[in-house]
Amino acid sequence: MHVSITVNGVEQAHDVEPRTLLVQYLREACGLTGTKVGCDTSSCGACTVLYDGESVKSCTMFAAQADGGAVTTIEGLAPSSDEMHVVQTAFHENHGLQCGFCTAGMVMAATSFLEENPNPTEREVRLGLEGNLCRCTGYHNIVQAVLAAAKTLQEAK
Amino acid sequence: MIPAGFEYVRADSADAAIAALTEHGDEAKLLAGGMSLIPLMKLRLATPTVLVDVGRLRDLSYIRDGGDHVAIGALTRHRDVETSDLLARACPALAGVAAEVGDNQVRHRGTLGGSVAHGDPASDLPAALLALDADFVARGPNGERTIAAADFFQGFLETALAEDELLTEIRVPKVTGGWNYQKFNRRAQDWAIVGALAVRNGTTRVALVNMGGTPLRATAVEQALASGASVDDAAQLAAEGTDAPADLNGSAEYREHLARVLVRRALEAAGA
Repeated sequence: MHVSITVNGVEQAHDVEPRTLLVQYLREACGLTGTKVGCDTSSCGACTVLYDGESVKSCTMFAAQADGGAVTTIEGLAPSSDEMHVVQTAFHENHGLQCGFCTAGMVMAATSFLEENPNPTEREVRLGLEGNLCRCTGYHNIVQAVLAAAKTLQEAK
Repeated sequence: MIPAGFEYVRADSADAAIAALTEHGDEAKLLAGGMSLIPLMKLRLATPTVLVDVGRLRDLSYIRDGGDHVAIGALTRHRDVETSDLLARACPALAGVAAEVGDNQVRHRGTLGGSVAHGDPASDLPAALLALDADFVARGPNGERTIAAADFFQGFLETALAEDELLTEIRVPKVTGGWNYQKFNRRAQDWAIVGALAVRNGTTRVALVNMGGTPLRATAVEQALASGASVDDAAQLAAEGTDAPADLNGSAEYREHLARVLVRRALEAAGA
């Protein structure tokens, strides 16, 4: 079947099997490998992307379901090639990662979460990221990064 | 993991979905948000040959005041149930339980109707709707019918919906008394190992998650409370009439213990 999805602002159109998962579509058809396949069972959140602005797990969505919609991946988050997104900068400055495998999903989930809750408490950040697993950091610096990003975004208002 | 191949049919209306179901019979499955079905398909525990996507039926996504009840379109997402101002006033228990489903990503995609139609005894919302005495509206080739929650969940992942019926609306009575949901799991996003919901509205209703093949009402607890038993004494009856599963998370006996403890905590927190 034919699907057409706006990915990071660029219209992508491909013929795919109906069973093609969105994460496969992004990685294999679009060549955007920043989105990771972690658990592949909707648990770990490494495959998190934004679909029409909201976080979703792209391993548990068919490309066909996203047909006609807009997807943002980690590659499309930064405003330009020499400037990172506020959430990316906060992860960088707070060392919100170790091996980096979960990071793309964490950043996308945090970006969506901060849209919904721009001024969260630490507990709300932890709950807001419950769908994303990190096996290295113990989450501490990830939570600090999201709180720092929230502060930066609030100050920019 | 890639699901087995299937034919994809995108329904542009409820009637088109029902026509596709009528044409394909038990070969077909409805796809809403896909949060239950797609994982099953990836594990090849479900292998429908036709998938009828109803995910774009925006006219079945709404939350409306129906007078003595709130009418919720079957394709309303958990996120919209969780954040609804109307439900916060008219049925806060349902909004509160929706906030406990999965994680943000799951709640952005999963739908109330999808969860009900899947009928998983380990899911939060079917049990909540059972405690709230909700009604479900199903539409088929011969028109609509209304099914009470008490008659809807018939067996493990089995509901009263016929093969050619589409769940279109959930009607939840306005219940504004105290409520509390105790969801016991080991990781925040997991299904409940056991869950217990207490809702007060004149009488006290108690529902159990993952204590049998279907979502259950703890009728022995409800009857004991109605006859004047204390919360402690009533909660001791929480496992009566249940058929708890045993799995890696715990034995049936452990789940029965959890049910007694969680029901007591839910009743106390609900002010019973």
